Amino acid sequence: MPSSSRGEGSARASIGARFINSRLLNSPWVRPLALLALIVVGWDLTVRLFHIPAYLIPTPWDVIQAFRTEGDKLLMEAVPTTIATVAGFLLSAAIGIPLAMLIAGSKTVESYLYPLLVFSQSIPKVAIAPLFVVWFGFGMMPKVIAAFLLGVFPVIVAGVQGFKSVEGDMHDLARAMKATRLQTFAMIGLPHAMPAIFAGLKVSVTLAVVGAVVGEFVGANSGIGYVLQRSIGNFELPTMFAALIILAMIGVILFWIVDLVERFMVPWHASQRHEVLVTT
Amino acid sequence: MSSTSLRIVREEARQEASVRQRLIEIRGLSKTYRTRDGDVPSLRPIDLDIHDGEFVAVVGPSGCGKSTLLKLVAGLIPPSKGEIVIDGKRVVEPPDDVGIVFQSPVLLAWRSVLRNIMLPVEVRGLDRASHLERAKKLIATAGLSGFENKYPWQLSGGMQQRASICRALVHDPKIVLMDEPFGALDAMTRERMNLELQRIHFETGKTILLITHSIPEAVFLADRVVVMSERPGSVAAIYDVDLPRPRRLEMMGDAAFAALARQIRGHFYAQGQLD
Repeated sequence: MPSSSRGEGSARASIGARFINSRLLNSPWVRPLALLALIVVGWDLTVRLFHIPAYLIPTPWDVIQAFRTEGDKLLMEAVPTTIATVAGFLLSAAIGIPLAMLIAGSKTVESYLYPLLVFSQSIPKVAIAPLFVVWFGFGMMPKVIAAFLLGVFPVIVAGVQGFKSVEGDMHDLARAMKATRLQTFAMIGLPHAMPAIFAGLKVSVTLAVVGAVVGEFVGANSGIGYVLQRSIGNFELPTMFAALIILAMIGVILFWIVDLVERFMVPWHASQRHEVLVTT
Repeated sequence: MSSTSLRIVREEARQEASVRQRLIEIRGLSKTYRTRDGDVPSLRPIDLDIHDGEFVAVVGPSGCGKSTLLKLVAGLIPPSKGEIVIDGKRVVEPPDDVGIVFQSPVLLAWRSVLRNIMLPVEVRGLDRASHLERAKKLIATAGLSGFENKYPWQLSGGMQQRASICRALVHDPKIVLMDEPFGALDAMTRERMNLELQRIHFETGKTILLITHSIPEAVFLADRVVVMSERPGSVAAIYDVDLPRPRRLEMMGDAAFAALARQIRGHFYAQGQLD
């Protein structure tokens, strides 16, 4: 795959720039970065051309300045947010996947639990987040719980979907081999559900970031959410933008890690295949 | 004409029964599915004997209960009435001496071809070393050599189905049940698979019960063809196929082959059902 697209790219480029061009243009991180650069330029131009005051939208340069002066502090604040996100996410996986198993495995559990889960999802977490502060006090706990509550639902929905999508013939095969319930689950059900579970986990990890920040909004004196809250109160827009960027980075990096784990665990799935089909 | 030939066929079958050992005995077997809209009869009482090493094909219109018959023999669903006896034992759960090939290959995408074929050995907790040897032989027989470590999605549809046939044979069952195994393949691949299956039957001497839509396929492969009537299904006729083995694809054009195929097809036209 890389050789063919490299060929296309080099055909257009001049001979001198061929090597640099092909390497650079085709690495997967260049394109989003290029788009990002374009957006930053557009942002800068918009602010300058329309004379938007700095207390509404800061220029990219202001944000870079904020990184320079407060970068260390922001990174320090990112630590508790990341911890809360990861803890909430892991909790989502640890509770969501078994719950999905139960729901997919038993009609009774499904009929009791699933409607309530959907119902609970309709309650805005931001509205009930203060309650966690009342219950668990300031600190890590309310953030982790908020991250968990936002993150667990996609894991359950995707997991149920994955566990349920085992074909009828596959069940018959397992029964014909006299597979025990545990064998059927370990050898067929779980691996079969893995791609769907990972799709859920990817959504979950980004939502967990949001959950952690929601937790920090209502009851914390540390973390990116707290910085956001404070900086908007003080009209320190460059700091706020810098905090947002760091938040986005946390989300991207965590997403990327989940993606990496997926590649290790489900290399066989259609979305991960890179080899050419054999046709005989 | 068909009634006289039917009588002859039945007599021949009885003669044969005294010579060869009966492996599968189906006695007064019927199945009625219970649904919300009431009982849906799927299979009217059926009697059928299948002998050791015999290749029996079942043809019939869609929804005539062919697959139900197979699932009953496989012990996957309980009969409403009647019984199935395999090798002297009444079927109440999936028997060990049976391998099943489904319409789709149902290979596990995360397992290589070899590990897919070894799945029944793992699940049943059989001796790995001796069965690995057997699996490799089967792979060679099925023309999958060199593809042991490929994943199912790297194989063509025909190869996938061959792998699933190997999987059905790996624990050396006496009986192989096949539920329209080549239905999803293109016509040419299907003919090749028919040849392969004939060879596998010849080399392994398994008793095979094949459910199929295709009359030529049934005539080409089987020692006996069971024709089923429309839903609720019952046995409309049983034909002996006296064509010499090994059969070649060219024989499909022979007069004897064509006559038998026409006669079987006649059952469905008579019922106003074209399948």
